[in-house]
Amino acid sequence: MLTYVLRRLVATIPVMLLVAVFVFLMLRLTPSDPAAIIAGDNANSEQVAEIRKRLGLDQPIVTQFAIWLGKTVTGDFGESFFFKKQVAELIADRVEPTLSLAFFTLLIAIAVAVPLGVVAAYRHGGWLDRTVMGFSVLGFSVPVFVIGYLLIYVFAVELNWLPVQGYQRLQQGIGGWLQRLILPALTLSVIYIALIARITRTSVLEVMHEDYIRTARAKGQTELKVLIRHALANAAVPIVTVIGLGVALLIGGVVVTESVFTIPGLGRLTVDAVLARDYPTIQAVILLFSLAYVLINLAVDLAYTFLDPRIRY
Amino acid sequence: MGHLRRSLFALAAAAALSGLSTTADAQKTLRAVMHSDLKILDPIWTTAYIVRNHGYMIYDTLFATDENGEIKPQMVGQYEVSADKLTHTFSLRDGLQWHDGTPVTAEDCVASIKRWAAKDTTGQKLMSFVDKLTVRDAKTFVMELKAPTGLVLLGLGKPSSNVPFMMPKRVAETDPNTQLSDFTGSGPFVFKRDEWKPGDKTVYVKFDKYKPRSEPASGLAGGKVANVDRVEWRAISDHQQAINALLAGEIDFIEAPPHDLLPLAIGDSNVKQFDWNVLGNQFTFRPNWTAKPFDNPKVRQALLYAFNQKDFLEAVVGDPKYYKVCNSYFPCGTPLFSEKGFEGKLNSDFKKAQELLKEAGYDGTPIVLMHSTDLQILTNLAPVAKSLMEKAGFKVDMQSMDWQTLVARRAKKDPPTAGGWHAFLTSWVSIDITNPIFTGFMNAACDKAMFGWPCDPELEKLRDDFARESDPGKQKAIADQVQVRAAEVVTHIPLGQWYQPAVMRNNVDGMLKAPVPVFWNISMK
Repeated sequence: MLTYVLRRLVATIPVMLLVAVFVFLMLRLTPSDPAAIIAGDNANSEQVAEIRKRLGLDQPIVTQFAIWLGKTVTGDFGESFFFKKQVAELIADRVEPTLSLAFFTLLIAIAVAVPLGVVAAYRHGGWLDRTVMGFSVLGFSVPVFVIGYLLIYVFAVELNWLPVQGYQRLQQGIGGWLQRLILPALTLSVIYIALIARITRTSVLEVMHEDYIRTARAKGQTELKVLIRHALANAAVPIVTVIGLGVALLIGGVVVTESVFTIPGLGRLTVDAVLARDYPTIQAVILLFSLAYVLINLAVDLAYTFLDPRIRY
Repeated sequence: MGHLRRSLFALAAAAALSGLSTTADAQKTLRAVMHSDLKILDPIWTTAYIVRNHGYMIYDTLFATDENGEIKPQMVGQYEVSADKLTHTFSLRDGLQWHDGTPVTAEDCVASIKRWAAKDTTGQKLMSFVDKLTVRDAKTFVMELKAPTGLVLLGLGKPSSNVPFMMPKRVAETDPNTQLSDFTGSGPFVFKRDEWKPGDKTVYVKFDKYKPRSEPASGLAGGKVANVDRVEWRAISDHQQAINALLAGEIDFIEAPPHDLLPLAIGDSNVKQFDWNVLGNQFTFRPNWTAKPFDNPKVRQALLYAFNQKDFLEAVVGDPKYYKVCNSYFPCGTPLFSEKGFEGKLNSDFKKAQELLKEAGYDGTPIVLMHSTDLQILTNLAPVAKSLMEKAGFKVDMQSMDWQTLVARRAKKDPPTAGGWHAFLTSWVSIDITNPIFTGFMNAACDKAMFGWPCDPELEKLRDDFARESDPGKQKAIADQVQVRAAEVVTHIPLGQWYQPAVMRNNVDGMLKAPVPVFWNISMK
């Protein structure tokens, strides 16, 4: 097991290196110039050239890459072109809102989607099943920002129950923190609920005709126990896989949701950095997201051993 | 179960209390959404308007432009000019101090002028006239000129980017090409760097020791009295969300809501609009003189005949309340406004345009027109230009891109077929184009000019004449000549004036009419 984990961690290195090369080249090949953006609309060519020189953007791409990679491996992501702050500091400041949103979204999604999927499987073919599946299709099809605007209009503008936008740090009080997370988390969880509910339904349906389910029923166990202890437990592997893979969806969703709800998290930082062509920040954030994705997949693989004793590494 | 109920009750109470505390804060805190997030903090290092606005919060200026466009002393108490107009003596007002409590000195001001002049084009022009800039005593400094110029007040009272903001000597001695890291100013608000979260909010608090002038506030001049304790610039990039937040009372002020969302905002009885920038803005078409066929003045002239301002203004702004046809380089409502040079032009006279193209021998080379798609106020300009140009006989290759890509591309002198460009459209804040020196697009110094690189020694000579002149009447006469020449060689094309009102909650009062949105004098009921 430990060898497997170590092997997977080592395999992460070339993956991250590829990501680094890809991100770096993509940014340099994009027709844009951070120096021109920094200089502002009234600046002349000399002012832009001076800034380009200051930022080291006048050097050959290979040199720029070598400098950046050399610093990155030591944990130094450099200084943001725009914010006059270390990129690491910027990212550290944005982690809490994004983690809060992701955590809350996952909580809502799992709490809603798994029971819905189980019930839909149990009532296979009935109206509840069709409703859940209909919602699932809708959840996949409607863009995150449309759901966001709808929820804002109803709950914030019309009913005035919740704030329109913004984020309050946990240390400033759990009430405000929760208040500001409800709408964005609900928005983001819709697509996630659709995905998990659908997979849960399919997985549970598959095991519902297995012998051990029949045996459990023959032993006189209640339907609830049959569903949870026997059906759901045996259907858990694909569900956990989808939750893990869905983190990619979550990362994409966070970018949109944080922008709509003005949450100063990593998603918003990514958008701001891309719009401003803030190379050091974009590179660091994408590396971070990639690393998170790789590690979550590792965690999911490890979770299989707990969910299914037959799986061994 | 009882424990769970108690926990939920505590949670609900905490949520309610947090809501109450927000309401209490709102009594003294002005929460504003500006046109952009503040990412850079040095107003000399960049010309970006949001950084200029930040500068006005925390720094003060020696002179300032009032509501009528006149330049008035601000930090300066006494200003004397010798009879030969070569020696200008400036004495600071009593009681001025920096946010760290130390007094503002003449040494600080001299260092600040030098840093500003190293970056700003007006400053550079002014310094070309300066022989010596010396400190006489703690509160007095002297500017000795090689030749008289009208640029002394025009430069030191320059209202827009780059503004000559005064900074402590230790700060102003920072290399002009290096961003500042110390944000000590002497303006009416103090920048709270510890609370600055780019992408979230920027915070300023009232500077209690600021000594305002005794005159009432007018434009950027007069007494800068801070009536709110704290100003927060909230970074809400989504316009619809900013309006929603305003309607819900979560913010108090939006600097630049899109015109199509204005009815939604002012349809609410708790919200009002206010046009703070009475001079408005000007849409502009910029041809690239280095790219064929725009190296030919007749082809550029054809554009002037093909265009008309109303089509552009209707397509972008729509509501005539918010626009004005103004056939002048210098905006309507400013002292140098004139229609000279535009007689018979900007009327979509396609026949005349076609004749000019024929005379020029235009061979049908496709015109690469850069179309910015992400800034709402610019999006519809290029399609209108394309349509009018095609009617005049141009072949147009309109290429869509985001503004930042356009910004990078316009700096390239490559041929249009190899990543260069022929033309693009933009918008200027009127205060930046009120005279031939401020107007960046009138700079016709070839390679040293702004992108588009007009090259016309005669126009440059006229601009120099303007810089040398200090008599307003004579300046006006020269400005007319500049305009006639610029319209003849077509450095750029003015496409109409438009206005951008702010919207705010009814409890926000006292906003000043000024070319820059400033937060002194504003009170909250």
